[in-house]
Amino acid sequence: MAEDLPSRHVDGAAGDADAAVLTRTPVHERHVALGARFTGFGGWEMPVRYGSIIDEHRAVRSAAGLFDLSHMGELWVNGPDAAAGLASALVSVPGRLAVGRAQYSLICAPDGGVIDDLIVYRTAPERFLVVPNASNREVVAAELASRLAGRAAELDDETLTTALLAVQGPAARAILQPLTNLDLGSLRSYAAAEARVAGFPALVARTGYTGEEGFELFVAWDDGPAAWDALLVAGASHGLLPCGLGARDTLRLEAGMPLYGNELDRRTTPLEAGLARFVHLERGADPPGVHDFVGRAALEAQLAGPLPRELVGLVLRDRGIARHGYAVRHPGQPEPIGVVTSGSQSPTLGEAIAMAYVPPSAASAGTMLAVVIRDAAVAAEVAPLPFYRRTR
Amino acid sequence: MDVPEALRYTTDHEWLRLESAEALVGITAYATEELGDIVFVELPAVGRHLQKGEAFGVIESVKTASDLYAPLGGEVLAVNEALATQPELVNAEPYGEGWLVRLRADDPTAADDLMDAAAYRAQIGG
Repeated sequence: MAEDLPSRHVDGAAGDADAAVLTRTPVHERHVALGARFTGFGGWEMPVRYGSIIDEHRAVRSAAGLFDLSHMGELWVNGPDAAAGLASALVSVPGRLAVGRAQYSLICAPDGGVIDDLIVYRTAPERFLVVPNASNREVVAAELASRLAGRAAELDDETLTTALLAVQGPAARAILQPLTNLDLGSLRSYAAAEARVAGFPALVARTGYTGEEGFELFVAWDDGPAAWDALLVAGASHGLLPCGLGARDTLRLEAGMPLYGNELDRRTTPLEAGLARFVHLERGADPPGVHDFVGRAALEAQLAGPLPRELVGLVLRDRGIARHGYAVRHPGQPEPIGVVTSGSQSPTLGEAIAMAYVPPSAASAGTMLAVVIRDAAVAAEVAPLPFYRRTR
Repeated sequence: MDVPEALRYTTDHEWLRLESAEALVGITAYATEELGDIVFVELPAVGRHLQKGEAFGVIESVKTASDLYAPLGGEVLAVNEALATQPELVNAEPYGEGWLVRLRADDPTAADDLMDAAAYRAQIGG
């Protein structure tokens, strides 16, 4: 069995260059007290599970889960040119967001390869919060700073002064409402508002990575532990469980959401990953016209012909679990035609599910393929994403 | 940590119960706690002969896949068919309903070379 790697732990200090130096979130001691098992993730020491990943996953689908996501980045972009600068840096046009709205977006390299996927929140006319993945925070900050150079816009990396907690699940609103002055019923999906939660100033966002209703709460780093405690107490009678990265991964996989490092990387474009709807080639109104951004030319060129590969969902039709890196074949043929990017046993569906890149000719729902699992070709059927969608 | 006295143990966290010339094999409670939820178990065909130390199957958790190694050489007499639909039995009863395979041991005395409960407890730091 794998042993935990020995590592040096640094409280609140950025440390990504040396893989053995892991940053701890402000809530770390709570996870230890709850019996969490940890892993290094994007330079941070993160809880993988507190007990059973399946129990944590099921709690989110049936009640609620509490996640410490303080490893995610918080990059504030402020100034008269913030909107225009971000529009040139990202595949979307954040300036079209009303104040209090958010959007999923991506930052690409000139060749169209994805540097990161992220969420952008507009909290004021000239104030935006960009939330990159932990593993890409420093690269994204550097790229944004470079792309904003010469503009009237400042970038402030507040990651190490911000804690991020998420409450996700059908009971999330009932758990959080008594703790906040914000009317959660009036907070739309992909909206955010400043409020108080458990007595602390917070940015409350109705966003998430699980496919359930839920809220992500940005609070000051030092308020993280007390906010965590308050949410755990408030959630106890609702069946709230603390949840780690293990359940976070099985939940987002069921919801068909990509994970940077699996479905997305520098050699993959948003179009190949099925994210064309987030790429805005036109500015829309005010002002209308072409949306020029880093990577636009490469993505426009890719749109001119068939994609080299497409991301699909797979459901295993024989015994076996497909996992990252496993080869995909046509049934009965020995040559690999694609590769699995993520896969696991789905607690909600009771089936083994996966995402994979395959040629467009093999990407239609219902296509029968095979995944190579330890030298055996196991039948898998192409299925539409997401695998799971909450029914209201 | 549950480490039954009557069993023998391997450094790969497997247990073995010798019943005259037959050996029942499984993985320990320590192993199931390290692995977490077991979601898939691949077991050998009945009748296959295993060498001591040979990989005979795979046990998968949500996050990992681990090989299983034969603690003794012998012929596979039976495998736990229930695990095909209820892999979680390994977590629930690692020494009972979650057993993996039953072997006819080529040399039952080889079980004496495996760790006893005290030695295994020391290995896992308990």
